[in-house]
Amino acid sequence: MLTIDTKGLYYKSLNRHIRGYLAKGENRILLKNILGQRYIGGGLNSDALLEVYGTPGQDLGAFMNGSRVTVFGNAQDGVGNTMNAGKIVIHGKAGEIPGHSMRGGKVFIKGDVEYRAGIHMKEYLDQVPWLIIGGTTKDYCGEYMAGGKLVVLNLNNVAGSPVGQDIGTGIHGGIIYVRGHIEPHQLGIGASFSDIDDADSAFLS
Amino acid sequence: MCGIVGIINTDGHRIDGSHIQEAIRIQRDRGNGLGGGFAVYGAYPENRDKYAFHIMYEGDRHNPAVSAVEDYLQSRANVYQSEQIPVYPNDRIPRGPYFKRYFLKPIEEFLSPQQTEEDYIVEIVMHINSMQDAFVVSSGKDVGVFKGMGYPEDIADYFRIEDYQGYMWVAHNRFPTNTPGWWGGAHPFTILDKTVVHNGEITSYGTNVRWLEMNGYQCLLQTDTEVISYIYDKLTRRDGLSKRDACYVMAPALWEEIDRRGDEKDRYLRQIYGTAIVNGPFGIVLTHRDGAIVLNDRNKLRPVVCAQVGNTYYASSEECSIRFLSPEVDRIWSPRGGEPVMIDMLEGYKEAV
Amino acid sequence: MNGMENNWKTIPAFHPEFDIERCDYKNGCSICSKECSFGEISMHPVKDDDGEVRYRPRANLTACNSCQRCVKMCPEGAIHIEFQPMHTSHGYWTSDYASNIWRQAGDEGGVLLVGNGATGPQKRYFDHIMFDACQVTNPSIDPLREPMEIRRYLGRKPAQYGEEIGPQLKLDVPIMFGAMSFGAVNKRVQEAEARATKDVGTYWNTGEGGFFKDLRIYGENTIVQVASGRFGVSEDYLKSAAAVEIKIGQGAKPGIGGHLPGEKVLKAISETRMIPEGSDALSPAPHHDIYSIEDLRQLIYAIKEAMEYKVPVSVKIAAVHNVAPIVSGVARAGADIIAIDGFRGGTGATPLQIRQSTGIPIELAISAADTRLREEGIRDTVSLVASGGIMCSSDVLKAICLGADAVYIGTPVLVALGCGLCQRCFSGKCAYGITTNKPGLAERIDVEQATQALKNLLHAWGEEMKELMGSMGISAIEALRSNRDRLRGVGLNEEELRILEIKHAGA
Repeated sequence: MLTIDTKGLYYKSLNRHIRGYLAKGENRILLKNILGQRYIGGGLNSDALLEVYGTPGQDLGAFMNGSRVTVFGNAQDGVGNTMNAGKIVIHGKAGEIPGHSMRGGKVFIKGDVEYRAGIHMKEYLDQVPWLIIGGTTKDYCGEYMAGGKLVVLNLNNVAGSPVGQDIGTGIHGGIIYVRGHIEPHQLGIGASFSDIDDADSAFLS
Repeated sequence: MCGIVGIINTDGHRIDGSHIQEAIRIQRDRGNGLGGGFAVYGAYPENRDKYAFHIMYEGDRHNPAVSAVEDYLQSRANVYQSEQIPVYPNDRIPRGPYFKRYFLKPIEEFLSPQQTEEDYIVEIVMHINSMQDAFVVSSGKDVGVFKGMGYPEDIADYFRIEDYQGYMWVAHNRFPTNTPGWWGGAHPFTILDKTVVHNGEITSYGTNVRWLEMNGYQCLLQTDTEVISYIYDKLTRRDGLSKRDACYVMAPALWEEIDRRGDEKDRYLRQIYGTAIVNGPFGIVLTHRDGAIVLNDRNKLRPVVCAQVGNTYYASSEECSIRFLSPEVDRIWSPRGGEPVMIDMLEGYKEAV
Repeated sequence: MNGMENNWKTIPAFHPEFDIERCDYKNGCSICSKECSFGEISMHPVKDDDGEVRYRPRANLTACNSCQRCVKMCPEGAIHIEFQPMHTSHGYWTSDYASNIWRQAGDEGGVLLVGNGATGPQKRYFDHIMFDACQVTNPSIDPLREPMEIRRYLGRKPAQYGEEIGPQLKLDVPIMFGAMSFGAVNKRVQEAEARATKDVGTYWNTGEGGFFKDLRIYGENTIVQVASGRFGVSEDYLKSAAAVEIKIGQGAKPGIGGHLPGEKVLKAISETRMIPEGSDALSPAPHHDIYSIEDLRQLIYAIKEAMEYKVPVSVKIAAVHNVAPIVSGVARAGADIIAIDGFRGGTGATPLQIRQSTGIPIELAISAADTRLREEGIRDTVSLVASGGIMCSSDVLKAICLGADAVYIGTPVLVALGCGLCQRCFSGKCAYGITTNKPGLAERIDVEQATQALKNLLHAWGEEMKELMGSMGISAIEALRSNRDRLRGVGLNEEELRILEIKHAGA
């Protein structure tokens, strides 16, 4: 595996390096000392794996179309923005709008996320995006959601509701699974509760 | 879009400006080189009982505005010390306006019966700001603001902020949208010891500015930050609201939630201070001598991350700047929209400074 | 006689035309002539091709003012209204002015009366004001899916934090129904107003004609008026309502009193106005206990005392030249709410010359009043209500940006009930049954349907306002009050822009 020490590297040259190595056939790159560099994994379509140590910047994996990114740390805003395929695993927490407009691929976030998680996620043909959140979310989770699976696990069993206000407001497709309690006033416009059926159980297990 | 970093040590332990310079540098892409600035608290411990005026003059020291302002200051205040603020032009910022700082106290006999010392100082600031070619950059005790046209890390070099020490630092990287970039329009914005750095664009500006003008403030800069500073000043200093209530007025709960909780105090505040509501996206770090407040708009339309390491607290538009300052943290979190994070200096911090 | 009386003949500019191919007269249909309450349509015998004499509808060319009732009621769609003004060849003397003189000269030499609001060509400032919208630098908000608040509280706010707040009116939509008295409209209309405002969470105004005992169950959503005639004003009348409004004037007839002839004072009117049947009801031009501003203060506090300070007191004035200082004086006299009615405001009856030529536009008036109150540092103590000429939801929001806390609407309420804007509200012949108490006409209003229509109106305008706010990135309407920065003028001169306190588009 190739290792790049990214300390002090501006995102533009870092990402150009990554694309260059991938083009030369490298398919596993370890990025150490990442600090705020944007667009890591952005637009990549190979089956490469990027391992990120540190705190990657905005729009991690934006427009990604098939690669894999694993982050050992926290991610910032816009993880998986408009992602089409691939997989992002965050071993920490993530910021605002994770999974914004995802059309496919899978995003796993171990910790908490901020506002508007999974906003406008959608499905297309056999593409069904997953946004799996190990911790909790805040308001407007699943806003405008048009497809895909959004799961809030609250693995740390935080007291109270694991989601904020206006969950699923404007939802018109897809499913939000929440492990925990939701008061009716937390539901957004267009969202409704339903019981877990066999298909849901199959997916969740 | 703008970038913010704030550092506060509640024991009063001071650090130099190089740390925040590097922390804000990481957020370079949040600005566009049309404004950067820093505020430092604990900058002038030997003069901490006097108001530290940083004044910017267009052109150079020969501008007649300098003597006009100084004559005015002499007539209104006891000026104990005045000096040029040292600057270090470089190839990124080859020139700038002329900066001076003054340490002063009001002439007590001149205060009108209803007037507090701070009201009097605000009056002086407002007057100088209405004079030709002069602008008060900061006016608080033990506070200094350094700002101008450029990226913040370059502004830091221009003023050599590593030469200053403070227990609290805030930095701002500006991407101006509504008002053209100019030295005075860069952030932070201060009035007395209250400083605001702000990310976002408030849609309630027209309503807020009229409310402030009605209450005797002159909003000359046409920036959101100025308006937020004055709203906070009006609410806390003039009207005596608690810090929490002042934040609540700016980012109140929904009526529906007030109804649900049956909270009559919150209803009252929103009813009487409707025109002080700050609408639209904002993330602000508001600092004063005794602490800091972090506040987001109630819909959380701008990001802010906070962290704690012992008695040091951080706030930043992006986590990476915090991780630069302290790779390991005791706690890191994003405050909810409308819920202020309030950090107070510990008792006795002034002795530590 | 030499036929000179024909010199003064005026022929209405409108008349119905009948498509005889479509008309169902052969089956004896005469709906149009029954529906026309003005007597414009009569059934006239004509020999048909088959030799049968049948009755066909015919325009009498005497009374039509295009209320469109016949058009809407004809089951065959066989009627349309023709516009055929009596043209003069004179470029300056249009037929309107000539006709008015012919009517006065040939008739009784009287004052010409009209209903509704001013029709003149004065600039409609609302049309010259455009809203801002968010692009890039901040996000617009989707009002359908994220919270968007249009609730307002009207009433006096303390000048100092910590002082007690006065009684407040809670408006879930910042639109109230302006004063339309029983007499001007009928009880069915008032009941629909009351029910709709109760359901939606806003207020209606009884006007000066008293308050029906059996509508007082809606008192929590009712504003009662105290006007110069003090009709129906009693302790229990005042206490039946959520607020009391002192009516100084209205936009359609500033400085003008009213006269309801004794023959119209039938049983119901006698009861609500608390005057004997058959007695004339005179509303003096001024209040004869208010000849100056200090007298207004005296009346405001007389009401507050009687009401034990439990409800807000509003003062309604017409928008006149000195509106700004007047509003300041009214605020200092103790009014909790000040309603300003622009010259376009409607009425049941007003002299034509007053309606067309007196007062000023609400856009300028509200702006000047708001600015003046701010200059004097007392804007937040009092609420301002704008009215007179508001025709759509964006007008409401523009009025708020220009300094109003809420608006009154009157004509839009009537239009929502079907009003065809024929401007003959004073005639008592309203074909839609709105501005009449005549048996057979008043029943044309179905209270249930009317209530629903008014709720629809408030809901639709509320939603439209939320859309406009969302596009401006405003989620709470108080952040738009006096927010001139979100407006730009198009085609306004410097003086107009200065008074409106807005910039020209492009600036």
